Amino acid sequence: MSDPVHAESEAFHTEDMTISMGPQHPSTHGVLRFIVKTDGEVMREAIPDVGYLHRSIEKIGEKVTWHGYVPYTDRADYLAAMFTNQAFCMAAEKLAGVEVTRRGEFCRVIACELNRIASHLIAVGSFGQDIGAVTPFIHALRERETVNNLMEEICGARLTYNYIRIGGVGYDITPETCGRISEFLDHFELIVDEYNRLLSYNKIFIERLANIAVITREDAFQYNIVGPNLRASGFKWDIRRDIPYSVYPELEFDIPVGTGEKGTLGDCYDRYIVRIREMQESCRILHQCLKMLPKGPAIAKVARKFKPPAGEIYVRVEAPRGDMGFYVVSDGSEYAYRVRIRTGSFTAMSLIDKISRGLMVADLIALIASLDVDAPEIDR
Amino acid sequence: MDPNLRVDPQAVVEVCRCLRDEPDLKFEILSDLTGLDLPKENKIQVVYHIYSYSHRHQIVLKVDLPRENPQLSTMEGVWKVANWLEREAFDLFGIVFEGHTDLRRILLPEDWVGHPLRKDYVEQEEYDGISTQRAPLVEKLLR
Repeated sequence: MSDPVHAESEAFHTEDMTISMGPQHPSTHGVLRFIVKTDGEVMREAIPDVGYLHRSIEKIGEKVTWHGYVPYTDRADYLAAMFTNQAFCMAAEKLAGVEVTRRGEFCRVIACELNRIASHLIAVGSFGQDIGAVTPFIHALRERETVNNLMEEICGARLTYNYIRIGGVGYDITPETCGRISEFLDHFELIVDEYNRLLSYNKIFIERLANIAVITREDAFQYNIVGPNLRASGFKWDIRRDIPYSVYPELEFDIPVGTGEKGTLGDCYDRYIVRIREMQESCRILHQCLKMLPKGPAIAKVARKFKPPAGEIYVRVEAPRGDMGFYVVSDGSEYAYRVRIRTGSFTAMSLIDKISRGLMVADLIALIASLDVDAPEIDR
Repeated sequence: MDPNLRVDPQAVVEVCRCLRDEPDLKFEILSDLTGLDLPKENKIQVVYHIYSYSHRHQIVLKVDLPRENPQLSTMEGVWKVANWLEREAFDLFGIVFEGHTDLRRILLPEDWVGHPLRKDYVEQEEYDGISTQRAPLVEKLLR
């Protein structure tokens, strides 16, 4: 070649590298895999490869009885099993026209909000860990341990609860447990402040998250991003308020939304701080529920051989990872004809490739952590 | 129950675009896209759950397709989330979406045989040298 400058740039050209991140990468949530093409530290694309945790929970729904399917729904999202329980039971109740007892509804809300706190603690704790702050993770897990103890008191299980049944809840909440929940709440509100001092307003943490991986509202609609991730983009939408179910209309609570306080609206920091504030709102809801808990039976009388009439229903609940939809079709038999579980993580995952282009590799980890995607929920 | 519309397979993309853009309808999001196998009627349905944040209403669209070789045009041009949802419907029901940019299996391995959520699905006996059947002892205990 005659042109020396050109020859030099030919000799020193860089090549894109293709790296497989996962499936056992410690900072991905559950078993995820990304095929990452990078130019040095900058990402060209990150293609998610999911399915490692596929347990065909939808197919199992066609093979077991209505009552018998509730424990399987636990496994669809084991960090927030109460919500999958509730969504499926709500679908079955609506199909069969079963009325849930009032005490049952309150027990459900108490259990769900405790579960939301536990799930968000994992989310924010592992968020810290993912980007290199291990101490807050231990703090978060310590508190989650207390929630797990409470859950064990309520329903005998620490992770896969099988607590919410068609028509109400499996076990009534005793006054002693109510006392302990209220004790925990008083303690936990202080812990959130501690958490804020330790992590939320830590300068290094903010620098890592502000202005990173911005999700605009248009993207959120196009990719159907739901839950805290949608609210972080500044859109005030919560199923508990906007498509009310259970006793939520009687309860007072705010819906935290992202404001772009440390950077751009819809960045990683907004998604983080929304979760912290949601935990505080959950505490408010729990305080009210404990006060309002009415007397009466915790479960309605439901036939053992549960056979809802033929029909179909789509129900939504506000799970920690957003709008969880159950599309259930009945043909009038002992088994559901089709159970479809639509989860927030699945759609959030499909957005990662678009958002991650041009980010640093380390920021991809922050993005995954901020979306709080959960492998069991993606793969079902 | 939500309003329920039966849509012609050729028209579905146009119908959805209209549902999204018409100011009085304004269905901004595709909540769910899934299949429903109906072997008795010898058809497979694609079910769309579409929701509007502005007007807070939901509509269900259903498209009937033949069970053999079901084909439908992709919804990706209207809602991008359809990309993954259609991949899942392809994986589990074998519905082919024409014009899809990346129609591969998503939950199951690439070389899996069959589409499990079909009612007449028979599991392959082994995958990659691993038996998918129960161990003989378990079978004996269950009997």
